[in-house]
Amino acid sequence: MTPDRSAAAPASAPLNVEALRKDFPLLTRTVNGRPVVYLDSASSALQPQAVISAMSRYYETTHANVHRGVYATAEEATALYERARLVAGRFIGAPDAAHEIVFTKNTTESLNLVAQSWGRSNLRAGDAVLLTEMEHHANIVPWMILSEELGGLDLRYIPIDSDGRLALDDLDRLVDGVKVVGLSTMSNVLGTIPPVRHITSVAHEAGALVVADGAQLVPHSPVDVRDLGVDFIAFSAHKMMGPTGIGVLWGRAELLNAMPPFLGGGGMILDVKLDSFKAAPPPARFEAGTPPIAEAVGLTAAIAYLGEIGMDRIRAHELALTNFALDRLDEKLGSDVRVFGPPAGEDRGGVLSIAYRDVHAHDLAQVLDQFGVCVRPGHHCAKPLMRRLGVQATARASLSLFSDEHDIEVLIEGLLEAGRLFG
Amino acid sequence: MAELEELYREIILDHYRSPRNRGELDSPPAHRVEGFNPLCGDEVVVSMVVEDGKLADLKIGGSGCSISQSSASLMSAAVKGRPVDEVRRLISTFKGMMSIHEANLGPDSNGDGSDVAESEPEEIDLDKLGELAALQGVVKFPVRIKCATLSWNALAQGLDEVGAEAS
Repeated sequence: MTPDRSAAAPASAPLNVEALRKDFPLLTRTVNGRPVVYLDSASSALQPQAVISAMSRYYETTHANVHRGVYATAEEATALYERARLVAGRFIGAPDAAHEIVFTKNTTESLNLVAQSWGRSNLRAGDAVLLTEMEHHANIVPWMILSEELGGLDLRYIPIDSDGRLALDDLDRLVDGVKVVGLSTMSNVLGTIPPVRHITSVAHEAGALVVADGAQLVPHSPVDVRDLGVDFIAFSAHKMMGPTGIGVLWGRAELLNAMPPFLGGGGMILDVKLDSFKAAPPPARFEAGTPPIAEAVGLTAAIAYLGEIGMDRIRAHELALTNFALDRLDEKLGSDVRVFGPPAGEDRGGVLSIAYRDVHAHDLAQVLDQFGVCVRPGHHCAKPLMRRLGVQATARASLSLFSDEHDIEVLIEGLLEAGRLFG
Repeated sequence: MAELEELYREIILDHYRSPRNRGELDSPPAHRVEGFNPLCGDEVVVSMVVEDGKLADLKIGGSGCSISQSSASLMSAAVKGRPVDEVRRLISTFKGMMSIHEANLGPDSNGDGSDVAESEPEEIDLDKLGELAALQGVVKFPVRIKCATLSWNALAQGLDEVGAEAS
């Protein structure tokens, strides 16, 4: 362990990025003859060796199915899986992790679970659902599917303003009569971090629940569900340096207890007869079939890794680098470049959605690839937002704890080359 | 940056900056087909009039990256006014040039197998493709093949929908 990662490091100490980069095996490879400049963590983060090793070790020494066998390794696997639940819960301040943390496949499945289980049993045709214009498709389409099944929900949207912040002037009117609010806690396109606590308190006063999409915020900032006040929050391990294939849903115990199952199968029942079944209590009720066990072990290791560094320090590093990137892009590229979303500040995360001259995002990303720079071109699964912004696609560079100023300089070098090529 | 110059040949950039046959025909009488690349949001609108076994008129709308838009423009220049059977052969030849690598991409995102070579592609005669051969650099960048074939799939779909036969 480097001194930098000691738990005793003060929350204000800057990250030793050079040391941290050595933790990520993928950063040692080259692409097109250049070192990888990984600026796509908002899509999927890289894994430190500690996560990869923890999963290998689990497969080499422990693997067995959980909640079934009585032999030693089965007991150990079950203990590791249940430990991951407690670790994930503690990471977001869940008051009762053992009962409130549900493991899913990813954020998308977590949000579908809420729509199909809570939504189907609590909403009726004509009920109002309030979303935002900056939601990812994962917090829009599940409500649209439910709307079709129930015979029509009243889908409303909190608009964004010209800076890419949520325009909340009209919130009282929008929230009137709403049963549930779907809210991204950090936009995957704009980086906008909305005032979640404020929106939640207005929603609760209006009698609505809040279903938060935490996919972008949880990996990059300290999060405490008690502070946010939300009723559900969903996030994915692979965006927080864990493995793909496991996601988390946290929900208030009293809500989960009252919800019907989502998927049926093994592991989610107390009893099954020829004509009926009795569902297990949460969280097992929502975890049909063999769960992602090695992935839970990887999630535990990822949270330990982030925790050792400290989420406050990670947030401070990424905020400073976002400031640097916005200034530097402006300085080097001036009015040729447009970065969507609010100016750098406390309400902005390290997501830089870039439009450069009239070069299409797909072409930008292609040129950047020749520089080893990994960015995501496209609509970022937020087509309503892209229409609102008046663009078809952007090239999105997203920051991580291992990102540094050099990464931004290479990004700019690549953008300038694209400019030359497309003249 | 030699690979980039291979991909972004001058002729491609020219068709991207100054697309040919740009616009939409009134529909009806023209037949209109939309092609979407769900991965990146590129879209191409092909409107066409088939008369007496010929692709009498055709216009290209939509927006997207340089590869999708230049391929559509190059296609329009190559097929406008040509007999339908010749157009179908050209579509097949062009997709042959692209499908050598495309077959390795796994299931096609359209789910209809339209982009996947059904058999070993025959030897492609690049001379027959004329300016279109400029797009062969795309096969080195597998994710861009869908950009290049977007308009061609829309054209093929349109010909099928209007039941266009050779005269």
